[in-house]
Amino acid sequence: MTSTTPTHPEIRESVAALCRDFPGEYWREKDRNDAYPTEFVTALTEAGFLACLIPEEYGGSGLGLSEAAAIMEEIHKSGCSGGACHAQMYIMGALLRHGDEEKKRRYLPEIASGALRLQAFGVTEPTSGTDTTRIRTTARRDGNEWVINGQKVWTSRAEHSDLMLLLARTTSREEAAKPHQGMSIFLVDMQKAKGNGLTIQKLEAMVNHATTEIFFDDLRIPADALIGEEGRGFYYILDGMNAERILISAEAIGDARWFIKKARDYAVDRRVFDRPIGQNQGVQFPIARCYAETEAAALMVQKAAETFDAGEEVGAMANMCKLLASEATWHAADTCLQTHGGFGFAREYDVERKFRETRLFQTAPISTNLILSYIAEHVLEMPRSF
Amino acid sequence: MKILVGVKRVIDAYVKVRVKSDHTGVETQNVKMSMNPFDEIAVEEGVRLREAGTADELIAVSIGPDQAQETIRTALAMGADRGIHVVADGRVEPLAIAKIFKELIARENPDVVILGKQAIDDDNNQVGQMLAALMGWSQGTFASKIELGAGQAKVTREIDGGLETLDLKLPAVLTTDLRLNEPRYASLPNIMKAKKKEIAKLTADELGVDTAPRVEILKVTEPPARQAGVKVESAAELVEKLKNEAKVI
Repeated sequence: MTSTTPTHPEIRESVAALCRDFPGEYWREKDRNDAYPTEFVTALTEAGFLACLIPEEYGGSGLGLSEAAAIMEEIHKSGCSGGACHAQMYIMGALLRHGDEEKKRRYLPEIASGALRLQAFGVTEPTSGTDTTRIRTTARRDGNEWVINGQKVWTSRAEHSDLMLLLARTTSREEAAKPHQGMSIFLVDMQKAKGNGLTIQKLEAMVNHATTEIFFDDLRIPADALIGEEGRGFYYILDGMNAERILISAEAIGDARWFIKKARDYAVDRRVFDRPIGQNQGVQFPIARCYAETEAAALMVQKAAETFDAGEEVGAMANMCKLLASEATWHAADTCLQTHGGFGFAREYDVERKFRETRLFQTAPISTNLILSYIAEHVLEMPRSF
Repeated sequence: MKILVGVKRVIDAYVKVRVKSDHTGVETQNVKMSMNPFDEIAVEEGVRLREAGTADELIAVSIGPDQAQETIRTALAMGADRGIHVVADGRVEPLAIAKIFKELIARENPDVVILGKQAIDDDNNQVGQMLAALMGWSQGTFASKIELGAGQAKVTREIDGGLETLDLKLPAVLTTDLRLNEPRYASLPNIMKAKKKEIAKLTADELGVDTAPRVEILKVTEPPARQAGVKVESAAELVEKLKNEAKVI
């Protein structure tokens, strides 16, 4: 099956070869046992794919988001999932762009080699989701330390990470000059913190995403855990959020392509009433529509990645490509399930698992409604809706 | 020790091959192409010998259209040192390929040439044997194990009913079988390094080899569709059918 010319074919080919060692059965077993795909993450790490965005001087490949997106898309197109490790790729961006040289030299080479896992990003709280300025977790300076108190939720991979990038208030919302100010980012050594003021609780969820909630109770971290300037943390994580949205979009495109191929192959092979079900327009037209929709969304993802790499303003585009890609994969998932009839519900076909997994893209890392309100307010200059 | 490996660009092993509507060949337009799997095994073997210090240079050769460069890049990303691309469009038959390799051997003086035992597109299984004959070199085909020593090689071959071990004098042509090794996938840093490695470009004309086909392809067709099977009631009925209907026993 052909599509718009894929970017970076040499990288995709190698990722696809790696993914062939992790077939549906591997992921079904992980899903059944709610287990972390350690072997898959190790293979990706050893082959250097997760260090794609880290500059060469710190041990990575120094490539752009366009290459990173090709890697994530190919992983999902192959039926695998990047959810267990995509954060290792981009969380370090805050450290890279805003950390001082000493910190970069201390952490980045080990993050590049995989010796240090920076997989956890503590932003969302039970009482503040997208309304980030209302976070209640605080960091109070006490001599040579910061004292952290509060709670984070939906922190994925916390149990499989050595470090966490944490957003906390260092000045209260009321006292800060603007609501977006007074927040700071910290690099927390989770291995040291566990049992010393940091508690991780696993959250049972619809998909196997190793997600947790995290409690801070007078956790003490060294003063130099602060990254960049105190009070500017929110601005530091914004760039990273655009990168995250574009990479997640690439994963959604990969899923959509997986669903379309799966649906197409089944529709061509499955014979009912002496002919393949794919001969019926009622079956083939929805698949064809999904294909067109996916191609359009893929072009936008590609454009967004290139714009990000060129260092241009990408906020609106990153949001829009996430909206389009997450809807394209959802339509493809629904169509694939419907094409499979009852078999779509059978675990061994992998469709129901991918169906559950791909639904997440409309909710995280940002929900569809928030994207729509962003476009309305910031692109179309309509009144703010909330 | 210098090793030459051959890498052919073929239709990807995971693609369902379709015959062209005019029956002159198979559809290759917009079809995913990859390195011939047996050649991947040849590259892997070369890279392992290179890593072990047995070989000090590994050169990947591909004969084909411009896009064959991508196949060479894959070999370079796996660990080959440099590439040679002999540009040739259209069908190049095994004998012409063997002659091109003969000319390259004259230029490069390798100690060993490792090739896939066959390409999965035309399944000829001829180039290795023809090249050994043209050169007057030893040959070890269908290798499942290769041990290289000073001036000699020990090659294990899978044959009907067991394993055969050959002692060969170098230089030699070796061809790979499926179980020789498991090829690696290229790591991202090696993919990036491969972009900077050198690929020399030549034509068959420059090497003085005439690649005009000697064999004419009359027609390419799909294999007949498999008929549904039948269930037999007893072993006796099966024997009866095999004897009188299928006439195979």
